[in-house]
Amino acid sequence: MTVAATNPMPTPPAKATHSLLVPNAAMGRRNAAEKRFRAYGLAAIAVSLSVLGIMLWSIFSDGLSSFFQAKLTFPVTLSSEVLDPAGNGLREEMTKVTTIGYGKLLTAAFTAELAAKGISTEGVTDKQLAEMISKDAPGVLRAKVLGDTSMLDQTITMSVLAAGRIDGYLKGRVTMETAERDGNISPEQLQLADRLKTARILGSSFNTRFLTSPDASDQRPEAAGLGVAILGSAYMMLLVLIICVPIGVATSIYLEEFAPKNRWTDLIEVNISNLAAVPSIVFGILGLAIFINFAGFPQSSSVVGALVLSLMTLPTIIIATRSSIRAVPPSIRDAALGVGASKMQTVFHHVLPLAMPGILTGTILGLASALGETAPLLLIGMVAFVDNYPSAPVEGFMDPATALPVQVYSWASRSDPAFIERSSGAIIVLLVFLVVMNVTAIILRRKFERRW
Amino acid sequence: MEGPIQMKDIHIEERVVSDHKAKITARGVQVYYGTNHALKDVDVDILAGTVTAFIGPSGCGKSTFLRCLNRMNDTVSSARVVGEILLDGEDIYDKRVDPVQLRAKVGMVFQKPNPFPKSIYDNVAYGPKIHGLTRNKAELDEVVESCLRKAALWNEVKDRLQAPGTGLSGGQQQRLCIARAIATSPEVLLMDEPCSALDPIATAQVEELIDELRSQFSVVIVTHSMQQAARVSQKTAFFHLGNLVEYGETGQIFTNPKDPRTESYITGRIG
Repeated sequence: MTVAATNPMPTPPAKATHSLLVPNAAMGRRNAAEKRFRAYGLAAIAVSLSVLGIMLWSIFSDGLSSFFQAKLTFPVTLSSEVLDPAGNGLREEMTKVTTIGYGKLLTAAFTAELAAKGISTEGVTDKQLAEMISKDAPGVLRAKVLGDTSMLDQTITMSVLAAGRIDGYLKGRVTMETAERDGNISPEQLQLADRLKTARILGSSFNTRFLTSPDASDQRPEAAGLGVAILGSAYMMLLVLIICVPIGVATSIYLEEFAPKNRWTDLIEVNISNLAAVPSIVFGILGLAIFINFAGFPQSSSVVGALVLSLMTLPTIIIATRSSIRAVPPSIRDAALGVGASKMQTVFHHVLPLAMPGILTGTILGLASALGETAPLLLIGMVAFVDNYPSAPVEGFMDPATALPVQVYSWASRSDPAFIERSSGAIIVLLVFLVVMNVTAIILRRKFERRW
Repeated sequence: MEGPIQMKDIHIEERVVSDHKAKITARGVQVYYGTNHALKDVDVDILAGTVTAFIGPSGCGKSTFLRCLNRMNDTVSSARVVGEILLDGEDIYDKRVDPVQLRAKVGMVFQKPNPFPKSIYDNVAYGPKIHGLTRNKAELDEVVESCLRKAALWNEVKDRLQAPGTGLSGGQQQRLCIARAIATSPEVLLMDEPCSALDPIATAQVEELIDELRSQFSVVIVTHSMQQAARVSQKTAFFHLGNLVEYGETGQIFTNPKDPRTESYITGRIG
């Protein structure tokens, strides 16, 4: 102290004073670095946005057309001689007439309509004429007649699907050049299709069956729909929600608020994080081994799919829930404990309501990723061709079903190009579901986040 | 260490002659956080109907001791409390004591105002509700009103009881927390630096309030402000490095401290 007092403070070495108005070289370099960094950021965003744009453009340009379908509209007389050979109008007797009989009836009616409208069928054989009607149509007509036998001997106007190639011609997928090389369609048929279109027998309309019908075989892509897949995905999401939310939230609350911090809880924590990183196909194998081979649940059922997806989604939900519980300020816990609330009351009255927006968002995002999951479902047999709708819950959970992403996959691997369009259409439906779920998450978050 | 302990004994004898009886008696209290010996052998008697101030530099253990009094240290898993703390002659660290019940008797107000993110009414009504202190809505309304009146907040909030408690100003929030703490009709009110986040005007209001609360509760207040301790308390305890250095009448501590460390602290040489 005394030394410092006697020696005056050494004056700092004289510094060249620098005007603030003159740019400084070092400052210039710093500003340039900042500008470069911003440019990199903008470039990165531009690249990702353009990739997203290209992806959406390709999906929508391929897939939007699947929501419209070519249809042939013409009157059909439901002759009882053909459809009810026994002549007694009994439904049981009429079921003996197969779709082949109905197909002949449809073809005859179609030919008659062409003759009546004076449309030339030059260069088109009778067989080719019949093939312009979808193979799906006789079955539809049969179901309709058997559903209401009073229609016998009446003349009704039927609107039936046109064959996939005709539909492709209207959408520009099939052209005169490809038709020459195609065994399933001839240029003459396409010219006839043009004439039918002018005569308003052939037309394109919104395809509700794409959203409601079950899948169809390779021969009739025009009839394939997403009905079973949407139902299956909905069943699985419902089950995943029912399984994951209680277990996930309870686990998180216990680990975060009640569990002692020791080696065991550390081990559990680490393993939950590890589970979130396990490839989904591994869960598929696990599901196959445990739920189907060991527990004996039926293959390709929604319940097995949901159990497998729950295994995958649980870690995500637990991690999201724990972090939102941890984000609740400790002062709120102190306040509640300070007025004599028990641990449980503190958690349920104060911590959970505050953590709710985070829990909801995490749950919905976990569900969204489960909705888009394909690989594990392939392993448990959900890629199977399912032609029947699963019945209503609860038994319906055990019925075979398929899922949206799996349907995308199975259509994309079929040979007929008409299925490529369907596949993109299914992706659009899947994206719509995902967007709806994410928007719900955002809305719920906004709604609950007003912390007064 | 012989000397100070003897002095403390003298103070305790002085306390016996005062007209208030001891509400809380602490004997040989030690607190460990893991291996850290945070509080060493504290003996204190907190009197009924008295404001007791704990002063001392940061980290001296005064908040730790305060949190021992309603077992809030239980929530810190590494904390370990040794010794005896009696509330009305009953050991609060006895195995049969449920800390939840204890905290209804020993209320606490925290450093930072921490109202629940609920309405003003619900903030005050929460304690009585969970302890089942009222039988119907009318009684609850009465309790809420009387607590808000005692906390000198009623006139400011009576028209907006359903407004969020977090929307009040800092001083109002702290008075709301006091109202919430007294709503469970505690016998002791612990305050951990209740004014450190408040401006001088709000501080003055809270101090006035503390003085009024003295008639119904024993108040224990931890404060960094020696002026505040001098203004509001009748008894003062000075903590230093985990030791209770001196405990006595506030006037005596500030005018005629017996321990040289107390004197150094209140004159601003240590801390």
